[in-house]
Amino acid sequence: MTTAGAQPIREIAFREAICEAMTEEMRRDESVILIGEDVGKSGGIFKCSEGLWEEFGSDRVLDTPISEAGYVGLSVGAAMTGMRPIAELMFGDFSLLTMDQLVNQAAKIRYMTGGQCKVSLTLRLSMGAGRSSAAQHSQSLHALFAHIPGLKVAIPSCPGDAKGLLKSAIRDDNPVLFFEDKMMYNDVGPVPEQDYVIPLGQADVKRAGSDITLVATSSMVGLSLQAADALAEDGVDAEVVDVRTLYPLDADTLVESAKKTGYAIIIDEGAARYGVTGELASVIQERAFDWLDGPVLRIGAADVPIPFSPVLELPTIPDVDGIIGAVRSLRG
Amino acid sequence: MPAPDTLWFMYRKMVEIRTFEEHVWDVYTRGLMPGLAHLYIGEEGVAVGACAALRDDDYITSTHRGHGHCLAKGARLEGMMAEIMGKEAGYCRGKGGSMHIADMAVGNLGANGIVGGSFGIATGAALSAKLRQTDQVAVCFFGDGAANQGILLETANMAVIWDLPVIYLCENNQYGEHTPFESVTGVKEIVDRAKGFGMAGERVDGSDSLAVHEVITRAVAKAREGGGPTFVEAVTYRFRGHHVGDAAEYRTKQELAWWMDNKDPIQLLGGEMIRAKIATDEQLQEIHQQVESEIVAAVEFARQAPYPAPEQAFEDVYS
Repeated sequence: MTTAGAQPIREIAFREAICEAMTEEMRRDESVILIGEDVGKSGGIFKCSEGLWEEFGSDRVLDTPISEAGYVGLSVGAAMTGMRPIAELMFGDFSLLTMDQLVNQAAKIRYMTGGQCKVSLTLRLSMGAGRSSAAQHSQSLHALFAHIPGLKVAIPSCPGDAKGLLKSAIRDDNPVLFFEDKMMYNDVGPVPEQDYVIPLGQADVKRAGSDITLVATSSMVGLSLQAADALAEDGVDAEVVDVRTLYPLDADTLVESAKKTGYAIIIDEGAARYGVTGELASVIQERAFDWLDGPVLRIGAADVPIPFSPVLELPTIPDVDGIIGAVRSLRG
Repeated sequence: MPAPDTLWFMYRKMVEIRTFEEHVWDVYTRGLMPGLAHLYIGEEGVAVGACAALRDDDYITSTHRGHGHCLAKGARLEGMMAEIMGKEAGYCRGKGGSMHIADMAVGNLGANGIVGGSFGIATGAALSAKLRQTDQVAVCFFGDGAANQGILLETANMAVIWDLPVIYLCENNQYGEHTPFESVTGVKEIVDRAKGFGMAGERVDGSDSLAVHEVITRAVAKAREGGGPTFVEAVTYRFRGHHVGDAAEYRTKQELAWWMDNKDPIQLLGGEMIRAKIATDEQLQEIHQQVESEIVAAVEFARQAPYPAPEQAFEDVYS
């Protein structure tokens, strides 16, 4: 139990925060439905929807066939006609089966029709390596969607942010992709019990510091905080900025932090090539160039598919030592 | 046979579509519209027969060959023509063009530039209608080409397991672009696929607007009562190429002539109305003249209408 002022804040797991956000929104608005594979009676493969089917019934918690393109497509049509669906892809890798529905349809219909409709769709999907699930169940593909005008992308790093951001995503009148790192589902953190939202488009400084800026997403925020603690023992005071949403992007917070510290490293679990790290590095150098004392570095997944065996898998994704090494390479 | 009012409506609507498309051809070849134009001439019986069985609050989804569906569902001529020319007064304020006309006010959820791109949207609209406990239905227009897209299986299967009020209306116009459907399709009759979905299926002469109307009326009544989806194959033919500029050399002149002589949906309905003594030839001709002048006016309206301001390119991405 941690405290904020005099008010004790309860601690729950990331997956429980997800479940609580969906439960609260389904109670609040009867147009909210949950649709996906095994989301109903079994409560979801990662147990993110436990109790929803019991409370809301099979009209609002729909167990689908294994037809990702199909049920994401249905969700787009339902969103255009008065519903507010939350669709779940148990593995983010399966989003590749739904690309036409998301990229050609959901992202563009409002625009193509001159603003005649809203696509109030939330798509929850997992990401991240580390479970020996091999190359088709471990990818972090959020950059693909952040690239597409018409989509929004949220990528929370902790239970408290997950609840507030998911509630914002559900209430948003646009398609929002909500990425959940599967390695964090059991991570516990403070989550207020009351109804609250965190607006999409607000980065969060998770640790204030003066010597270097670590810009991170999702589970990379946790690694960056660990790295910052280790660096503090060497007298390096790192600031950790959690991006929280890739689009809308709170560029100001990133840029201001880099201006303050003079150094920036971007850490994201997606593949480094043509990825989130490159985009954020560009945003910082374009606006903070004159304040920088070194190049903006990028740390992402290696340039290989994610392998199966743990001894092969771990070297392909960012780790604490890699972040510390990058900081030392900049600051000598 | 439907009531005379319905017959007059259907005849007039088919003439409207035919004449509109002839003017689109004219506008295109005179360089007054950008992009591509896929004409619906010859297939009017399907859109009109089906939409005459629908209410304003029922949904349709359309295709790249969508002008006929949009007009049949109630779109205004001026807004259609203005959109096709990329003008501010168009249905999509110039952002969609010929392949993306939507008119949400009358349940038209939009034409779609991806072949098979609206199976999900139509089926999702039907799911929405069911969950909201309305008795709306959705009609998904698609072609013989889209019948070979995999997502049809996924969405049709969900429509069956959840008894969704959706009608999958396949317009088999014999060619997917330049390719004859029988050379790329494993069944002789596309309706045979319905059995595999566990769905009721019907095959109808798409040139016979009255037959289409009857089949769709039945399917709509079943859907409204919670009886689930229906798959309908309407056999039809496009009298023009895949798009304006396609000389359609992949088919013979004899084949085209046979369809135009024997299966013109406007002539067929007109003949029925004269035989049933509901209309005279002169009355029907009068409709053609009225429609012609309305469409000439719509073209003129669209030509005069202003283009959107360039900065509007940056609006409507998000709501």
